[in-house]
Amino acid sequence: MEDVYIIGAGIHPFGRTDGRSGRDQGVFAVRQAMADAGIDWTDVGCAYGGSAAAGSADIMVNELGLTGLPFINVANGCATGGSALASARNAIAAGEFDVALAVGFDKHPRGAFNAKPREYGLPEWYGQTGMMLTTQFFALKIQRYMQLYGISRETLGRVAEKAFRNGVHADHAWRRSPVDLETILNSPMVNDPLTKYMFCAPAEGAVALILASGKKVRELGADAVRIASVAVRTRPPGSFEVFAPSVDIDNGGKPTILASKAAFEQAGIGPEDISVAQLQDTESGAEIMHMAENGFCKDGDQEQWLREGRTEITGKLPVNTDGGCLACGEPIGASGLRQVYENTVQLRGRGGGRQVPGSPKTAYSHVYGAPGLSGVCILER
Amino acid sequence: MTQLLQPIAENLWTNEPEPALIGGRLPSGKIVFPYPSGDAAEGVEPYRLSRKGTLWSWTRQDFQPKEPYEGPEPFQPYLLGYVELPGEVIVETRIVDCVLEDLKLGMPMEFVVAPFDATRATYAFRPEKA
Repeated sequence: MEDVYIIGAGIHPFGRTDGRSGRDQGVFAVRQAMADAGIDWTDVGCAYGGSAAAGSADIMVNELGLTGLPFINVANGCATGGSALASARNAIAAGEFDVALAVGFDKHPRGAFNAKPREYGLPEWYGQTGMMLTTQFFALKIQRYMQLYGISRETLGRVAEKAFRNGVHADHAWRRSPVDLETILNSPMVNDPLTKYMFCAPAEGAVALILASGKKVRELGADAVRIASVAVRTRPPGSFEVFAPSVDIDNGGKPTILASKAAFEQAGIGPEDISVAQLQDTESGAEIMHMAENGFCKDGDQEQWLREGRTEITGKLPVNTDGGCLACGEPIGASGLRQVYENTVQLRGRGGGRQVPGSPKTAYSHVYGAPGLSGVCILER
Repeated sequence: MTQLLQPIAENLWTNEPEPALIGGRLPSGKIVFPYPSGDAAEGVEPYRLSRKGTLWSWTRQDFQPKEPYEGPEPFQPYLLGYVELPGEVIVETRIVDCVLEDLKLGMPMEFVVAPFDATRATYAFRPEKA
């Protein structure tokens, strides 16, 4: 396959923007990405994009221009951004287009998501009795993990503390003030062992990435980063996922492990070669478990990693350098692309106060969501 | 008293003096819960699940969920978790008759039908009585 590059990255600030629709935030991000790439809308050969709760992406042509391009709507839940990216990349790798757009945006109401059982093929009683909440799943998964591998509540707190500290330096982050460990640990409990400050909140925002062929990169003299691999995987048998009235007793694999292995294999590198990582941190526990599921450490080692600051911006493997979902919030359609945006910023050395030192060469991103899917993207400079 | 309450759904647990959850046995022998509906039920035999198991994980719901939750007002936090039924399946369930601090990984649990609101009952597990 031909190499594919990111030549432009745009973002609409995450958080709350009253009076601007999710799709308009998407258009904002697309314009910023095109300006960054030094191209016009007429240069874009094809587009993939979508949202979970803010409508279809293809209507953006009203604002961006009626150039006649194919614009594919992606509706893939938490993997919407990742699937848009994978599709855009494949369109270029196949040689059909030289420039493609991947865009994700969203705008969620305040408060926890309230999923409808029927939409997930589940019986009504599951929702009626109060067991169909995403926050519960994350609490149940980390509760068991903490017992099995000796992870402390303090370590959960340290993940959130780092997120808010990093978010201070990210223009696009929602929460931009540091929060101390004690406040995090003593904030109201949401689902034991996870407190309010350990959870991200549904939010708004948009991200757009302009992808290009090597030929186009040379033509433009673009500040490009190479997409070494993209892998999206759904759950294998026996995995424990969100919205599961039951779990198989034969403990199976995990979609994250599958996506991670596939992405490393495609890229021809391993976890030890990664300079910076953005890992799905819907809540503190998710970041901890995803460090192991993505192959960066052994189960239980996170306790030491966090205590020693190994995932700080100045550490051995900086994780969630823009504060992740905890500091940025989670607009589902945009969240996975935000991670790739941040990695692009880091590899181009444009991170400012949150820049990983030593000119990072490789960057890893991982998104996870319902009903058990993961998307991994590895970028190289 | 629980007997006067309507089950939150039909065919969720057996109607007998010592009720148990109704799961399904797939042609492969694998046990699932709940019993599937629609085309997914083809070839799946109803399977009476064990009334005893061990605690696999747990949490407490501390905020009032939005709809479709239909619990009683005013909201009271409740416990829930997963109970492993040995050799069968791990089921998600409400947990009753105890407090958060009582719960430990692997502790013995037993099935019970518990009040859900003023008119309905749901299934739950509670720490096994010694």
